Amino acid sequence: MNIKDYKDIAVFVEQRHGEIQSVGLELICEAKKLAKVSDQKVVAIVLGDKVKSMADTLISYGADKVVYVEDAHLKAYSTEPYSQALFTVLDGLKPNIVLIGATTTGRDLAPRMSVKLNTGLTADCTLLEMKTVEGYDDKIVVTDNKDLLMTRPTFGGNLIATIVCPDNRPQMSTVRPGVMQKTEANTSLKGEVVEVKVSFDAKRFKVEVLEEVKEKSDAKDITEQAILVAGGRGIKKEELFKKLSVLADKLNGGVGSSRGLVDMGWADHGIQVGQTGKTVRPEVYFAFGISGAIQHAAGMEESGLIIAVNKDKDAPIFKIADLGLVCDLEPVINGLIDALK
Amino acid sequence: MKIAVCIKQVPDTTEVRLDPNTGAMIRDGVVSIMNPDDKAGLEEALKLKDQLGAEVVVITMGPPQADLILREAYAMGADKAILLTDRKFAGADTLATSNALASALKLINADLIITGRQAIDGDTAQVGPQIAEIMDLPQVSYVHDISTSDGVSFKIKRAVEDGYQMLKVSTPCLFTLLSDANTPRYMRVAGIVDAYGKEVEVWDAAKVNIADEKIGLKGSPTKVHKSFTKGAKGSGTIQEVSPQEAVKIIVEKLKEIHII
Repeated sequence: MNIKDYKDIAVFVEQRHGEIQSVGLELICEAKKLAKVSDQKVVAIVLGDKVKSMADTLISYGADKVVYVEDAHLKAYSTEPYSQALFTVLDGLKPNIVLIGATTTGRDLAPRMSVKLNTGLTADCTLLEMKTVEGYDDKIVVTDNKDLLMTRPTFGGNLIATIVCPDNRPQMSTVRPGVMQKTEANTSLKGEVVEVKVSFDAKRFKVEVLEEVKEKSDAKDITEQAILVAGGRGIKKEELFKKLSVLADKLNGGVGSSRGLVDMGWADHGIQVGQTGKTVRPEVYFAFGISGAIQHAAGMEESGLIIAVNKDKDAPIFKIADLGLVCDLEPVINGLIDALK
Repeated sequence: MKIAVCIKQVPDTTEVRLDPNTGAMIRDGVVSIMNPDDKAGLEEALKLKDQLGAEVVVITMGPPQADLILREAYAMGADKAILLTDRKFAGADTLATSNALASALKLINADLIITGRQAIDGDTAQVGPQIAEIMDLPQVSYVHDISTSDGVSFKIKRAVEDGYQMLKVSTPCLFTLLSDANTPRYMRVAGIVDAYGKEVEVWDAAKVNIADEKIGLKGSPTKVHKSFTKGAKGSGTIQEVSPQEAVKIIVEKLKEIHII
């Protein structure tokens, strides 16, 4: 492997039911920043049965080039057809970097790619930087600013590690939705659109998709809410937790939850904030009765304004709250609902 | 049917605390447990054994003290336990880990391989799919439900962000299990006693016949450049107030930033 043969930043853009997933756009914007400081281009890759029309959107967010594969096998996500298609594209592109959203799709697909490409994969990165790496394992490495520094929380969020992939290419990384910021689309941007034809080996398609069922209500994804009203174990009563949605409605926001309430069956996993849930950065984050263990904080500490209400004045949430109030929860929640009438 | 289950011993990360003054991680007193997703995987294998009869083989890669979770697996009902351990495996990233485990799994030669979706210490969710790719097996990740009538053809419910997929797959294949797929059974009392009388097979790199370049630090394309703890972030204001005051303060703040 000659590292110099690998260039540019490829972003796998996931579509689901024909809709571009926001994390793909966030990663294009992030890739654009990295590309700027390292003289590389951003190549968006999109796979599906009808995806060509998505190219304009991807270019408007900063893709210099869009590579797409259209095939009926790619309509619903399935590991093998997507692996074959993405590998064909990446094998041809030889990118320096590959960024993939850490969704159920990305986390299913990316590890298989890392084996096929015999390279490293760093999961759930929260910070990406292009730098010349100097010194790891007692070695000094000087490159032409093409090394990717991938920083991620580990050990349940207690430890932060910066990972490099010095001797293999591409450098692969997954990033969770909501972690990187999407900038405004600019429809005057121009880019190249290229179709790649894949000759699928259908004999290897061993998993059959019988059906895909959408279970979620029309509720907006918590990662897209500007205001999140979240509750934790301190809530104590299920009916009080339900009241959070009344408050959220009044603020035109959504409801989030700590892991504790998900484990108790009060809240759906889809609204869980934290290390094993979702990463959110709303303008305002209410933490009612959330102790704020590091696993939870990892998913919300980048929020604009954190308002924490908790009976326990020693709760760790107060360490990261902008406004911390020590008092009983129920009268505050009821009082706010009344005050916002 | 032979089912291999990959399990990992992990620190209970929910118990880890940071020193408020130094920001250093306090690991003392943190217990080691069987990774929750893996335990759900083992439970799923034992359910298949109850239903259809199967040989359940558990394997872990780790230091000698990982023997403890293998005893726990015996006490839950596993038939055979393998400890994959060798100093040469140390420092492995996910790819090098998957290479080592895949070599061992080739020797086990199971019809079905089950892993947890991810481990709570690394949270990468990579090892299951990487093993499947190395062994050229079909995979289903994020498994929430498994049903089968013959142990060959499986119907799987795979959880995704906005609902689920129903999938059909036949052995040989690999599943990665979610911890909320089931409630793992308790160890049987007799099982706990028996567990310590049973043999745990110890396999090293030579036994699984894997080249040094594929394992440990050498076999790891990713390297840790640096690691650090976050330390304590400076806090805002903390006030002990009455509920009425709290409501007033919050409403004023929301007005101040033009939310209401």
